[in-house]
Amino acid sequence: MHPIVATILQRLGFGLFTLFVVSVIIFSALELLPGDFGEAVLGQAATEESVAAFREELGLDKPPYIRYFEWIGAVATGDLGTSFSGRAASGVDRSRSVAELVAPRLWNTLFLAGMTAVIAVPLALFLGITTALYRNSIYDRTVNATTLTAISFPEFFVAYLLILFLSSLYPIFPSLANIDDTTPFLERVYRMALPALTLTLVIVAHMMRMTRAAIINLLASPYIEMAQLKGASRSEVILKHALPNAWSPIATVIAFNLAYLVVGVVVVEVVFVYPGIGQLMVDAVTTRDIPVVQACALIFAATYIILNLLADIIGTVTNPRLLHPR
Amino acid sequence: MSTKDKDVLLEMRDIRIDGFSDDRWHEIIKGVDLTLHRGEVMGLIGESGAGKSSFGLAAMGFARPGCKISSGSIKFDGMDLMAARESEKRKLWGTRIAYVAQSAAAAFNPAHRLIEQTVEATVRSKLHDEKEARADARTLYQSLRLPDPEHIGERYPHQVSGGQLQRVMTAMAMSPRPDLIIFDEPTTALDVTTQVEVLAAMRNIVETFHAAAIYITHDLAVVAQMADFIKVLRYGEEVEEAPTRQMLETPKMDYTKSLWSVRELEKPEVKGEDIIIEMRNIDAAYGDVRVLENVNIKVPRGSTVAVVGESGSGKSTSARVITGLLVPSKGEVLFNGEPLPGALKQRNKDQLHRIQMIYQMADTAMNPRQSVEEIIGRPLEFYLGLKGKARENRVIELLEMIELDASYLDRLPGELSGGQKQRICIARALAADPEIIICDEITSALDQIVQEDILKLLLRLQKQFNITYMFITHDIATVKAISDEIVVMFQGKVVEQGLKSEILSPPHPDYTQLLLSSVPEMDPDWLSDLLAARGEAL
Repeated sequence: MHPIVATILQRLGFGLFTLFVVSVIIFSALELLPGDFGEAVLGQAATEESVAAFREELGLDKPPYIRYFEWIGAVATGDLGTSFSGRAASGVDRSRSVAELVAPRLWNTLFLAGMTAVIAVPLALFLGITTALYRNSIYDRTVNATTLTAISFPEFFVAYLLILFLSSLYPIFPSLANIDDTTPFLERVYRMALPALTLTLVIVAHMMRMTRAAIINLLASPYIEMAQLKGASRSEVILKHALPNAWSPIATVIAFNLAYLVVGVVVVEVVFVYPGIGQLMVDAVTTRDIPVVQACALIFAATYIILNLLADIIGTVTNPRLLHPR
Repeated sequence: MSTKDKDVLLEMRDIRIDGFSDDRWHEIIKGVDLTLHRGEVMGLIGESGAGKSSFGLAAMGFARPGCKISSGSIKFDGMDLMAARESEKRKLWGTRIAYVAQSAAAAFNPAHRLIEQTVEATVRSKLHDEKEARADARTLYQSLRLPDPEHIGERYPHQVSGGQLQRVMTAMAMSPRPDLIIFDEPTTALDVTTQVEVLAAMRNIVETFHAAAIYITHDLAVVAQMADFIKVLRYGEEVEEAPTRQMLETPKMDYTKSLWSVRELEKPEVKGEDIIIEMRNIDAAYGDVRVLENVNIKVPRGSTVAVVGESGSGKSTSARVITGLLVPSKGEVLFNGEPLPGALKQRNKDQLHRIQMIYQMADTAMNPRQSVEEIIGRPLEFYLGLKGKARENRVIELLEMIELDASYLDRLPGELSGGQKQRICIARALAADPEIIICDEITSALDQIVQEDILKLLLRLQKQFNITYMFITHDIATVKAISDEIVVMFQGKVVEQGLKSEILSPPHPDYTQLLLSSVPEMDPDWLSDLLAARGEAL
């Protein structure tokens, strides 16, 4: 077996282990939350007996470790469980499966993240490489100052500024990104323009500065001087000699930002009334809808792990020392 | 050899180069001239900091970041490089003027295959198409006697050894058949046994293609093999220039003579009887890699035992075993006849202070944020319990022993020269009141003149305090200068141990013979004679 395959399998194993640890942490953290679904639904006035009966019906009376293994066992077979909401004290059960609740929201979030990534990643790479190429020029300073300014404002503020300028004063894009399954693709993209733009402004600076720094860091290497003394032009030095050695840190920072697009955008969802998974999770926390919260948290953790795994793999395959051992 | 009839390739007049440090510009090259004809090889020698590299790069019209060529004229084959635009100079670089850097391991891009880098400049300048250039590169690999010349180019830099990389870099420089090659200390990072092969390959190929070359080095014996004439630089100024033989036989200037004299320092040997340290049947490994195999070394009290061998031979590992940094997997270390615990942690203070160590890189062996007083005072306090005024007085005493004085107490390592830093490290070792000091390549990062001072200091201290030295080095000149006994190591084993006079005079075991004969001598014919002799032996 090629050592790279072995490394990837090993990382995959570590990823699964991390996911397991995270699931324990998620479960324990939710155990520690004050109050439970029974009390939340039945209200303060409910008798102890009715709360106990309700808990028994939901299986909340069993000891935590049994509930954990029931949950994780089901998750392992692809069953995320049933949402608590829709169950009323009267015993009427209109609950839906967690998968049914989460899937459309997750799709929306991934769509927004994907659209943002398609704009932000190439933009950040382009800006990072060109600022490294023309470092300390006016162009470099301007790009740095602009992206830093954008990242310094809170997301909601950037969002409102964009709404003010691109929706109220100059009505180019809609201020609400309310979409559903029936929205056609182009209409979707059009309505999501402002949230995608907001997120782009939020994440570009980080990725661009890391790209620039990773390249400039290498410019002091003797092999860069050698390339210059072999007559390579400035752009050749950067693109051919520095960039291939800089992918590892760049991939790491891109992975980090893409993960943020999936797990950290609830504020932007709220501002644009976008039906993403962040809002779903916040709602589920307020109603103590434990199965939904657990599912969302697990999805977030998996996102981080998968993206970091990808960054690791990119770091490995772009490093000839690992790809071609002695 | 008359050079008047040949045409001038490179002419540099009154070159001044400024370097930026401590917030201002300093002149590092102060008006040096150079004339080089086609096919000529010039040796450029001097200590580090003499401005050799900056001057060599200026021949390409290139200045490193933080340097600038402030005035002078550079004419390469009729072209004025001072007036030339960057894009015009780039057309010369890598095609008509090539550069061979000091550390091949760092000068190759780790992301590209060797042959891609070898032909890069040739293909860019459209001298050849990719296919022709690659075929030619393989021929060059062959003439540089690289193993498997057909396929070695497909490897990545980390997959070949340092000596092979240095030869690939020579092939890279040669690929476009340049008129001028600048060799910047190309063999300094190599072992002597590897150095010989690389030198022979480089000299051969430079002669074959009639290229002119500037060969920069601090090693006189090396430059004597390569150059038609030699220029000596010091503090950014030319000391003298003369044809190689003349320079070696009758150097005119005092400074040049002093460069020569270092090699003449030689301590009379003494046979020691009282054994202070003995490594008995030692095996040691890093993880699964066995690095020492049944090593037996005896060090007599009050004498100097030099341990020689190329990198990877187990010299430093032996030191780590004696000091307790590496626990041997087999065998024991006896100190004054008593076995020492293998691990550092099991040794008590009384055992610890008697064995001290000095390292190759004085820079990294000292905490850059501690003053000289703290650095030397720490072992005084830790081992001997000295505090306050007593400690300060002792530190001053120690400073005087190493020929410095109380004015250095508050200095930080960054404010000292290379030689002074190494002196502070010696004082720190002395502070612990040791019986034996292990010196691991302590002079190899220093210039020859500074080296000589440090060696003299060590000899004086030995006489004064009857200190024992175990002196690890790969430099035979240093061995001759300082040692009583010599241990030769190869691939983790001791080849032989004995008095200096015995080891250095024939008959030798094969490896010792190879090692000794590979040490360059101050004789321009040395390399040719050696190759001839080895050729016969083959």
